[in-house]
Amino acid sequence: MSAILQSRPTIERACAPEMVFDATTTPEIAKMAVSDLNLYYGSFHALKNISVDFPKNQVTALIGPSGCGKSTLLKSLNRMNDLVDNCRIEGTITLDEQNIRTDIGVNDLRRRVGMVFQQPNPFPMSIYENVAFGPKTHGIKNREELNAIVEQSLRDAAIWDEVKDRLHKSALGLSGGQQQRLCIARALAVSPEVLLMDESTSALDPISTAKIEELVTQLKDRFTVIMVTHNMLQAVRVSDKTAFFLMGEMIECEDTQTLFTNPRDKRTADYVAGRFG
Amino acid sequence: MSAKILKACTYIGVVLSVCALVGVVGYILVQGVPYLKPSLFAWEYTSDNVSLMPALISTLIMAALSLLMAVPVGVASAIYLVEYARSTSRFVRIVRITTETLQGIPSIIYGLFGLLFFTTALGWGLSLLAGACTLAIMVLPVIMRTTEEALLSVPQSLRQGGFALGAGRVRTVIHCVLPSALPGILGGVLLALGRCVGEVAALLFTAGTVAQIPDFGGEGIFALFESCRTLAVHMYVLASEGLHLGETYATSVVLLLVVVVLNTTTNAAAKKLSKERL
Amino acid sequence: MRQTSFKEGAAHVCFTAAAALSIVAVALICVFLFANGIPALAEIGLPEFLFGQTWKPTADEFGIFPMIIGSIYVTVGAIIVGVPTGIFTAIFLSRFASSGVARILRPGIELLAGIPSVVYGFFALMVLVPLIRTTLPGNGFSLLAAALILGIMILPTIITVSKNALDAVPKSYYEGALALGATHERAVFRIMVPAAFSGIMAAVVLGIGRALGETMAVVMVAGNQPIIPESIFSGVRTLTANIVLEMGYAADLHKEALVATGVVLFVLVMLISLLFAAIKKRGELS
Repeated sequence: MSAILQSRPTIERACAPEMVFDATTTPEIAKMAVSDLNLYYGSFHALKNISVDFPKNQVTALIGPSGCGKSTLLKSLNRMNDLVDNCRIEGTITLDEQNIRTDIGVNDLRRRVGMVFQQPNPFPMSIYENVAFGPKTHGIKNREELNAIVEQSLRDAAIWDEVKDRLHKSALGLSGGQQQRLCIARALAVSPEVLLMDESTSALDPISTAKIEELVTQLKDRFTVIMVTHNMLQAVRVSDKTAFFLMGEMIECEDTQTLFTNPRDKRTADYVAGRFG
Repeated sequence: MSAKILKACTYIGVVLSVCALVGVVGYILVQGVPYLKPSLFAWEYTSDNVSLMPALISTLIMAALSLLMAVPVGVASAIYLVEYARSTSRFVRIVRITTETLQGIPSIIYGLFGLLFFTTALGWGLSLLAGACTLAIMVLPVIMRTTEEALLSVPQSLRQGGFALGAGRVRTVIHCVLPSALPGILGGVLLALGRCVGEVAALLFTAGTVAQIPDFGGEGIFALFESCRTLAVHMYVLASEGLHLGETYATSVVLLLVVVVLNTTTNAAAKKLSKERL
Repeated sequence: MRQTSFKEGAAHVCFTAAAALSIVAVALICVFLFANGIPALAEIGLPEFLFGQTWKPTADEFGIFPMIIGSIYVTVGAIIVGVPTGIFTAIFLSRFASSGVARILRPGIELLAGIPSVVYGFFALMVLVPLIRTTLPGNGFSLLAAALILGIMILPTIITVSKNALDAVPKSYYEGALALGATHERAVFRIMVPAAFSGIMAAVVLGIGRALGETMAVVMVAGNQPIIPESIFSGVRTLTANIVLEMGYAADLHKEALVATGVVLFVLVMLISLLFAAIKKRGELS
């Protein structure tokens, strides 16, 4: 349990410039890596031979039309697919080069790989309890410690000032945008290393969306962020790297600038130009 | 044209239903309220005062005992069915079939079973405990079903939220899911309580008809093996004796009152809890 | 981590065990009922038991045919009284009632559902029986009295279940009918009610189950003669009444014959539940 505490305030910076040897080698350390991933829902082949690296302290966006498998991939990264009946997975996913299915316990994995959902899903309890739920789950009982974690997490999620006077009121009284930032705070409270965001702004108004996008760009100093988005402009604004999915296949994965301005594949070009999807 | 006639029929239907309700409740009230005298609530039952107090206390003890057994088991099995089991498993199918079976069994069959099993085979005799166990089995499916419905209506996103924070299944269910399901579960418990209060057929041959409060003070735990009559059984005995009609009406009034209180508590609790959630 | 997985495992076992308890309960009920009833059936003989016309325990004659017929008569009577009233009330509540009227009626229906059967029985004993005695042939303790009070008792079941079925019909059906120029009444009776048919049938079957299993209210007003009734004004004894009337003093073969009566009732009710399940399944398919 003390591992959580120690890892909390550490801010790791990746990829010092001298690591760049030539233009073709990307100066990245893969925080999570997927290789040869095949995923089936019953007989439906939902993900086909996916191999992709998610570099540390960067924001990676997964884009593609509905049903292309991008959310499925995201859910594989913290094993939320385990909750789905008859879901079968082949291939390996690693977190810091540890296999997430064999080397890490599922609850520990989900602590290290946090998730924010499409719809805000605060628990029916107070704002404070919502944020404290995760740390308590992982064994932190000391009141003062919890108070500190709750405050820091709410500050990190840029919602502290709005809720500090009503921490013990129900979280369900917050607006949608506030609820979503609360859910981010809740995810941050267990000091994850990776943050998965599953279309986390699609249910929100433009102002809340802007706040969360700004938040994500700040958070990437400390976390590795992987986000699914339907909004291509959002991918351009926020992400460093973008992967384009179509019908269960990963068509192209490039740094965001390249993918949007100079796509290699015609299908990517069509999609980013808004010709389908 | 024919639709107009059918519409008229719906009005007739409502009038008849309302007449039934007002007729039964009104008649009982009019006849019974004048007999609600202090002697009816005397601590000791005699064949003169036909006090309902011992029966009322016995009802409370009996209902509490049976709910104490049925609620934990019922809620736990509903949690199993909704949160743990895969709906396709054979075990789940059998559990569902048996629950539906239990729900359809008439109370007299429960009474027969209680007589054969608790009273005779286990040798408990006509007793509070045999009655409470019989009632517990009878209300188990009610609690299971309402809890199941309440759990199913909790949005999946709350479970995902719990799991995504690395909480295990127990912690997720208890902290994230159960609080939202609480009003529904409470409704089921009160429904079960109502059935315990109103039951006669299942109790006549299991708990018996002795009009005394089980003497927990004197006998301690062994009072569980004393026979006692609940309010509904008390009313049945009075009605079949036919000697104290006024008091019988008054007893029905008290029974009705208990039912009304239970109903309004259910609704109020459900409303309050669902409001707190918003 | 080890502690957590232990807790998880223990909880899993507890929840599973609880679920298994209901299977144990049904198994116990079946075992005890059948073990105590079957010997009597063997001794009396199944045909003599089911189709024997005389029930005279003192002469060791145990034929429950009059009680089977009695149960069926009483149930049919209750259906005739309760089902049309209940369904029409449900249609009214679901489609014609203003929200104010519905708000008043809903707790009324709940109250009707909550009234204990012994109170219904007592009401029937004090009101219906004398009424029938004074205005119609017979002494009032009759099939008619039992059917009337059971009809009232199954009302809330029929109303609630049918109303739920009607409320569950998609709004688009109704709007579609209106768009074709149907009046509100026509849309309700031609589109909504047929669409809710299987749900309404389920309500009827539930009502049948409740009427068949009801004991106390029937015992108090039906007269309880173990003979096949000649008219609706004659007394009648149901299977449930047979058990509750004589169980208190029965012994030996008589007692076993009563348990066997319970077995017959149990089987009948199971058949009804199977019917209910079949209707529900068909409703889900269509």
